Amino acid sequence: MAGETAKPKRITDIGPPHYEKFLHPLIKKNYGQWKYHESLGAGILCHVAESGDKLYTVRAGSPRLLSVQTLRLFADLADKYCGGYLRFTSRNNVEFLLGDAANVEPLKKELEAAGFPVGGTNNAISNIVHTQGWVHCHSSATDASGIVKAVMDALCERFTHQDLPAKLRIALACCLNMCGAVHCSDIAILGIHRRPPKVQHNILRKVCEIPTLIASCPTGAIRPATVEGQQSVEVIEAQCMFCGNCYTVCPALPMNDPDNDGISIWVGGKVSNARTAPKFSKLAIPFLPNHPPRWPETVEAVVNIVNVYAQHARKYERMGEWIERIGWPRFFQLTGIPFTRYHIDDFKFAGLTYARSTHIRF
Amino acid sequence: MADDGKPKTELLDELEKGPWPSFVREIKQAAQTSAVCQDLLGQLELSYEEKRGHWKHGGIVGVLGYGGGVIGRYSDLADKFPAIAHFHTLRVNQPSGWFYTSDALRILCDIWERHGSGLTNMHGSTGDIIFLGAKTADLEPTFKELTEAGFDLGGSGSALRTPSCCVGPARCEWSCYDTLKHCNDVTQEFQDEMHRPPFPYKFKIKFAGCPNDCVASIARADLSVIGTWKDEIQQDDAAVAAYAAGGLDIGKDVCERCPSRCMSWDGQKLSIQNSECVRCMHCINVMPKALRPGKERGATLLIGSKAPIVQGALLSSVLVPFVPAAELFETLKELIRRVWEFWDEYGNNRERIGELIQRVGMANFLDAIGLEPQPEMISAPRDNPYIFFQAEEGK
Repeated sequence: MAGETAKPKRITDIGPPHYEKFLHPLIKKNYGQWKYHESLGAGILCHVAESGDKLYTVRAGSPRLLSVQTLRLFADLADKYCGGYLRFTSRNNVEFLLGDAANVEPLKKELEAAGFPVGGTNNAISNIVHTQGWVHCHSSATDASGIVKAVMDALCERFTHQDLPAKLRIALACCLNMCGAVHCSDIAILGIHRRPPKVQHNILRKVCEIPTLIASCPTGAIRPATVEGQQSVEVIEAQCMFCGNCYTVCPALPMNDPDNDGISIWVGGKVSNARTAPKFSKLAIPFLPNHPPRWPETVEAVVNIVNVYAQHARKYERMGEWIERIGWPRFFQLTGIPFTRYHIDDFKFAGLTYARSTHIRF
Repeated sequence: MADDGKPKTELLDELEKGPWPSFVREIKQAAQTSAVCQDLLGQLELSYEEKRGHWKHGGIVGVLGYGGGVIGRYSDLADKFPAIAHFHTLRVNQPSGWFYTSDALRILCDIWERHGSGLTNMHGSTGDIIFLGAKTADLEPTFKELTEAGFDLGGSGSALRTPSCCVGPARCEWSCYDTLKHCNDVTQEFQDEMHRPPFPYKFKIKFAGCPNDCVASIARADLSVIGTWKDEIQQDDAAVAAYAAGGLDIGKDVCERCPSRCMSWDGQKLSIQNSECVRCMHCINVMPKALRPGKERGATLLIGSKAPIVQGALLSSVLVPFVPAAELFETLKELIRRVWEFWDEYGNNRERIGELIQRVGMANFLDAIGLEPQPEMISAPRDNPYIFFQAEEGK
């Protein structure tokens, strides 16, 4: 209406910005018209289009947790070397997209000088996909960024060299919620709890719905109880498998336990359909202690598995494919990892992982 | 607190050493201008000493009119570290394929420096840009500036979670459909379902351009859209010969690794029995200059993957063996709505679609969404005789 100041309309539901406006001119020109690619060394890719155009990619590792200062550094480098065009990968690497081959080496040098190793392509270890841990999560059984840093420090040469038998993908989740969905990785580092939740009877009624809480337990280990005159629940401890699902729906059942929380290691999963079907990671080590700041037991365990795999797997064999060929007994023998009762499944469909043949390698 | 006003970080300092880039260095960098990050360092150091986290269970915070996109987070040591008493996360919907210009990155940095900690994740596990550490009062101003700059929040809670996709046709010769376009268009189509959680639990969609599945859609998406092709692998015999001349052992490294043994090499000529090919990508991965996916391209739709919580981890399984690329968007829109309708009616609280299908049976699920059973959906027919024959089968 005339004379009235129109209140600016609040913008909602616009969705993400359209990707097209962020694409390199060479990408726009050759979109969907790429012919082949080749690796020009760890972290350097060259994509060749039907038109003959070439696009160079320089990939560098990042800690995923990035300050605005570092993002501005990436922006400055992109301006200096490639017209400001960059992207990030599904494994938290940063990629600079270059039209000029002459800029590849100077950019690589500058990234490395700034502390960002170039690599992670083909048969190198790529960056570790991971979760928030103690930096930001309420349910973590361990930290995330610190373990990733310690493990990648030890494996950095495997990131900057493409000399493994095949791809090797490591992931870390700091509890069974698995925000990082690590369950199909060559090596998964998974935070675990080992003690039942400690029920806080005094606040439970105020912060939770008891029927929802009871329904949340996958094994039916939670049942209603009256404790000191208050409506609450009790946990049948022998039935608890420490998944933390109850805590997710009810803050009155904390799982944190510094002495008993720790890390488990899983191996042999993959998501790619190449050669063999995608598969879950399987338990290798049921428990390693939380040992900040550098988790030496975990680092040693992961490095050992990587080294044994690198030494014994055949060309193109992913971790799980190698283990399937040699068999699990030989995997445990070669890695020196003890086989325990915890390696034998006892949840739903457990029998699917029992050996149901006499195919045994002696 | 040390004398210089900076928090004591003896344990964290250890993580500034070594060749891999350090998250501690990132937090310290941000702490130069942000009191929030000073307190974050203090609390994190304490977590390292005590071997436990110090974040409280969530809490409902957000922006006006949205039921998601913000994860509430509060310190349980607010007295000691008041700057992180609130430390909420904003999930900001990334552009398809995680492409940016330097200017777009700087706009995001400027907004986040004005209103929050200056710490980000590039990116979160589901794909969003993560802004880590906002006070409640800063959420709405951050959102206002983000939307004015053309960005919106992503999904959280029992909603459509932010879809994500691989690099696709932007920079990959193997992409069998336009992953970026479909990711973007599906996200735009279902804005309401993303911002106002309507479901029993979360629903994730991931778009992979080929069976290499660089976005892990088969493990991490309730609906996995994976590119594939129907016709023959495109083969350049001269380039095959060049690989052989270059030292590649085609018999051993290509043919013997083929899961369906559909190819043979006589030292001169590579022969592919395409009707036996399972489209695994191995030979194409090994010889990208010589072999490429066929020309009749589209996608396989798979359903149900998830992490362990609640009833155990699942991989997605085949729902529609092949949708031609040209029909993909319309098929997806229709199918997604039918799946959600069934889930809405029959899903229990916090039951993912994969778990619901396990509970009611795939056959009943197919009936409900109007799909015919097909042999491509299974690895083998049932091996138990406990068959729920339907009443109309009898006399």
